[in-house]
Amino acid sequence: MTHVVQTSEGAQELAPRDRSSERELLLETGAVLRMSEADAAAAIAEAVGTDDETFLLNMGPQHPSTHGVLRLMLELRGETVLRTKPIIGYLHTGMEKTGEDLTYLQGPTNTTRMDYASPFFNELVFCLATEALLGVEIPPRATWIRMLMCELNRMASHLLFLATNGMDLGAVSMMLYGWRERDLVMQFFEKVTGLRMNHEYIRPGGVAVDLPDGWRDDVLNILDVIPGRLDEYDQLMTGQPIWRDRTQGVGAITPEEAVALSATGPVLRSTGLAWDLRRDMPYLAYEELEFDVVVGTYGDVFDRYAIRLNEVRESMRIVRQIVDKMPPGDYRVQDKKVTPPPRARIDESMEALIHHFKIFTEGFRVPEGEVYVAVESPRGELGCYLVSDGSAKPYRMHIRGPSFYNMQTMPHMLHGGLIADAVAVISSLDPIMGEVDR
Amino acid sequence: MADTEAPEAEPPEEAATPAERHGVPVVSSRGVDVLFPAPGEYLRVVEALRGEGFDLCVDVTAVDYLTHPGRSLPEGVAPERYEVVVNLLSLEQRQRVRVRVQVPEADPTVPSLFGLYPGTEVPEREVFDMFGIAFDGHPDLTRILMPEDWEGHPLRKDYAVGRIPVQFKATGGTGR
Repeated sequence: MTHVVQTSEGAQELAPRDRSSERELLLETGAVLRMSEADAAAAIAEAVGTDDETFLLNMGPQHPSTHGVLRLMLELRGETVLRTKPIIGYLHTGMEKTGEDLTYLQGPTNTTRMDYASPFFNELVFCLATEALLGVEIPPRATWIRMLMCELNRMASHLLFLATNGMDLGAVSMMLYGWRERDLVMQFFEKVTGLRMNHEYIRPGGVAVDLPDGWRDDVLNILDVIPGRLDEYDQLMTGQPIWRDRTQGVGAITPEEAVALSATGPVLRSTGLAWDLRRDMPYLAYEELEFDVVVGTYGDVFDRYAIRLNEVRESMRIVRQIVDKMPPGDYRVQDKKVTPPPRARIDESMEALIHHFKIFTEGFRVPEGEVYVAVESPRGELGCYLVSDGSAKPYRMHIRGPSFYNMQTMPHMLHGGLIADAVAVISSLDPIMGEVDR
Repeated sequence: MADTEAPEAEPPEEAATPAERHGVPVVSSRGVDVLFPAPGEYLRVVEALRGEGFDLCVDVTAVDYLTHPGRSLPEGVAPERYEVVVNLLSLEQRQRVRVRVQVPEADPTVPSLFGLYPGTEVPEREVFDMFGIAFDGHPDLTRILMPEDWEGHPLRKDYAVGRIPVQFKATGGTGR
């Protein structure tokens, strides 16, 4: 039954379909499942009673390892995943629409709730976009405070990842340790901003308040405690054979796939591409700091884990430099248009009171224009596209959430793998659904 | 690569005409080139930019300019209600470029970039969901954030900010 056909690529053998290997059939189906709910229901109903071995399985949205409310529609043959459709939108609250109805000063309260594991980055990217449109230059101390908070936030976010990643793969004690170390950082955040998350600390023009007395000791204390704990994680997970078996070679993607699918952050770096906006397109004052970009080799779950673990170390290196170099001066720009008058002036000057009132009710006007600004969040490129029509509220505020884009790589990572590895892959992407759905 | 550089070299010769890149008007905005192709030229321009080394499509989004028609555009670009905004990134040159396409209200359709950048599948679905702009050649143009049976496109300017109906029956109010 075999035919040999001459083609431009040489002789090609045409064999009956049932002689195709498992891998060939897999390649044929592709990785992304594109099917509506109704079609899926019909397909399931049709398959009942037949000897069709592929079936559809819903995972989530209330599955403990789906990190929030992510739902996957998996097409399986036995235990092998063929195609996947991530179904999102369960946390969609129209934050981009809401952003059009808030002043520029209120904007960060909205964006900070998107990626709730790294709120400072969301505030930062909105403020950088606003400042670019305003054309104000913020004082050096504000820049360095922003960098300090962001790097500490990167540590907190990655520690949260290590905790949940461990838990998802069965190292439950890791969850407790990760949360414990993250709490050290959260306590510092609370001391500085008054809140553990959703701070609205970074504001257009600078930051809300100066760092409290004794902040250096608090930060140095964090830097003293965490390195030892990270070494313990290495013992608990990195070097452990079960952990390696569970993560190495699982959910691998190539650099070409990652770039084509617009993946950024640790997902892109795990494939070996050293791309980090802090180094490659520096913002704030990152060009004055010394740090390494951590890259992987195989693009698998283990690489993504190892990158985040080592990025905590790099962030600590950065934080130490910031502590040494923190410049004195203003923590917000002394531009009367953007910054409210100091509290003491309000008691003695009617104009200051009016000015204060107007800034917080009407807000300040931002010149017409459009801008795209991006920062390196713990998950990848976090961008803000801001359009102003010259009023006190953004005409359009769009946030490019890295998790939203990184999610596209998931079907390709899961394709041909086992369903038990799906949990490892989801976890390794570290998606924050608040940012995916906005 | 050589033929893509030719249009860039032109502007200095005819300083009076607006700058062009790949045959479409271009404006430099805070160090980033912003290109304004017509919907018909959109795919060709993005393909040419990809040939130049812009290998990562960072973002696809849209803006509804219904209530802000007087925005500044380069000469020769007629404002339309919608604008699709594409941000591209070159990892090699460490550069960004932005493409803004005017999309008419009467026929809100642009070609999909899926063939050039598979990573635009999800953002194009989002733009379709939020603005009702259709992408020709997209493999799965369905709603993504809103429920499948939702009516309307929330980020359009004629779509009101949502509110939850609250009944204050005890006050005997107007029943808002």
